[in-house]
Amino acid sequence: MASPAIPIPASRTVGGRARANVDRWGQLVEAWLRGHTLLVYLFLYLPIVVVVVFSFNGTQRRVTQWDGFSIRWYENVLSNKEVQRDLGNSFIVGISTAVISTIAGTMAALGLQRTPKWFRLPFDALTYISVIVPELVIALATLVFFASTIGRDGIVTSATGVELGFGFHTIVPALSLFNISLVLLLVRARLSGMDRTHVEASYDLYGTPWRTFWQITFPQLLPAIVAGFLLSFTFSFDDYLITTFVNGAGTTTMPLYVFGQIKRGVTPATNAVAAIMLLITLSVLLVGQLLTRRRGAAGQDASVAGMIAEQST
Amino acid sequence: MTATAADRARPVEGGKARSRLLTGALLLPATLWYVVLLVAPILIVLLFSFGNRGRTGGYVAAFTLDNYLTAFRTLDPFFTSLRLSVFGTALCLLVGLPLAYFIATRATKRKALLIVLLVVPFWTSFLIRTYAWILILGPDGLAGFFQDLTGNTSFRILGTEPAVLIGLVYGYLPLMIFPLYVTLERMDRSLVEASKDLGAGRWATFRQVTLPIALPGLITGSILVFIPMMGEYVIPQLLGYGQVYTVGNLLYSRFLDNRNWPSGSALGVILILIMLAVVTVYVWFTNRGRTVRDVSVV
Repeated sequence: MASPAIPIPASRTVGGRARANVDRWGQLVEAWLRGHTLLVYLFLYLPIVVVVVFSFNGTQRRVTQWDGFSIRWYENVLSNKEVQRDLGNSFIVGISTAVISTIAGTMAALGLQRTPKWFRLPFDALTYISVIVPELVIALATLVFFASTIGRDGIVTSATGVELGFGFHTIVPALSLFNISLVLLLVRARLSGMDRTHVEASYDLYGTPWRTFWQITFPQLLPAIVAGFLLSFTFSFDDYLITTFVNGAGTTTMPLYVFGQIKRGVTPATNAVAAIMLLITLSVLLVGQLLTRRRGAAGQDASVAGMIAEQST
Repeated sequence: MTATAADRARPVEGGKARSRLLTGALLLPATLWYVVLLVAPILIVLLFSFGNRGRTGGYVAAFTLDNYLTAFRTLDPFFTSLRLSVFGTALCLLVGLPLAYFIATRATKRKALLIVLLVVPFWTSFLIRTYAWILILGPDGLAGFFQDLTGNTSFRILGTEPAVLIGLVYGYLPLMIFPLYVTLERMDRSLVEASKDLGAGRWATFRQVTLPIALPGLITGSILVFIPMMGEYVIPQLLGYGQVYTVGNLLYSRFLDNRNWPSGSALGVILILIMLAVVTVYVWFTNRGRTVRDVSVV
């Protein structure tokens, strides 16, 4: 009776202790993962909160010295003629770039499905290069390009005698390079995950390619196209580096204004301008999220945010 | 069924020639952009890098290696950038991997929310978010806190490499997290169970199962983070106060302050070559001895 009973509880306690140990480690790891995640999110949002809070600072002197809630700096900034003009310029740059990039990028994504390999491989290589190369390289290359063609001593200028110089017509094309590739990648990802049965059904029902595209393909691509448009807008609205290389007289944009302000020394007004820029870029995301959420009801994450997360593979 | 559908679609499309014309038309704008604003400019930069500077700046045709020789005499900014990018990539990985792992495997219902919360800062003005760190790290922020704590009134964070590093990690962290998340999300969880059933501990399972699976995402993320960090200008300029002098700063001043295009072009060519070398070595090194995996960069 006693002899077989002994090993059983013994083995049970050994096993139990080992499991308890594993569980304690497991709990520690779980707690650490949780804490780490929380801290990273705090890290990501701290700067945004700081800027927004201090933009309501009523202080006249130091930016970070809290002196009561006030919207005086917003009034101050929004009545500033320079800010008004630069804000307008930024909208012109953002919208033009987004329109060009969305159209050219979507067209290219559709065309690429039908191309032979000899064309697709170098084309894909250029797409990836334009996305991954540091912005600075694109900035200096486009500056050199525009200067040696339509600049003061450029080839086109000396041939025609007309100096086009720098301005929106150099900023927007330069910014479009990266954004065309961005839209192309977003739309292509959507296209490859698309359900072909509807397209085939449409052809079976003698739908023309034109009608099939607008009634079947386009609605399915729309979330990616909207995401591409809004992302291009934000990236070009917010761009400093390329814009500062290829801008002309009178085409100063918001980022250039803010950068100049920071270099000259931060004032409470800087925070208000900064908060306005945050607000504009955030509302673009919000609009995108609302627009695409309704479309992607089919269970998959078709929202703008989901698409960006998916796109990065 | 599919064949008949395709057969029927063909004649409606109106023959091969028209189809080809349409393909060409669809690809024309993007191709034009790539050729005119990417290929041509880089070729011009390559050409200029062997030229001379004009009296008032710009370019005078010549064939000389002087610009490269000058560049090799001022390698410090390259090393600064390289150091910052290596540490920055490593930090992004250290911070990003546990987070991506948590979202992919632990967050069940809140997964979508956590992803949206990652995208939001990435989408809001990059310039403004970088600017915010001036306030946070400045004498009224963290630096001031440490000054009071230690009594050392000359303590500062802005204008040092750690400040630039914080800015770099902050700016590029999402680009590391997204690919990591996607690979971990696709991971077959039964592999982890199997590993544990076979008696492997937590660490062994992580090292031998999870990490190899996450590797493609890890490579993609590292490249997406490393390369832009190498050429970053705004962050070192704002948080480094011009005292942390990177390739970005050097290039910027050569081009816009000195208008020395040949010299700046040579620096640009070297930067492109360094990046190509790093990517090649990195992809080769991490793929060594493995079956070829799909390592798409974007």
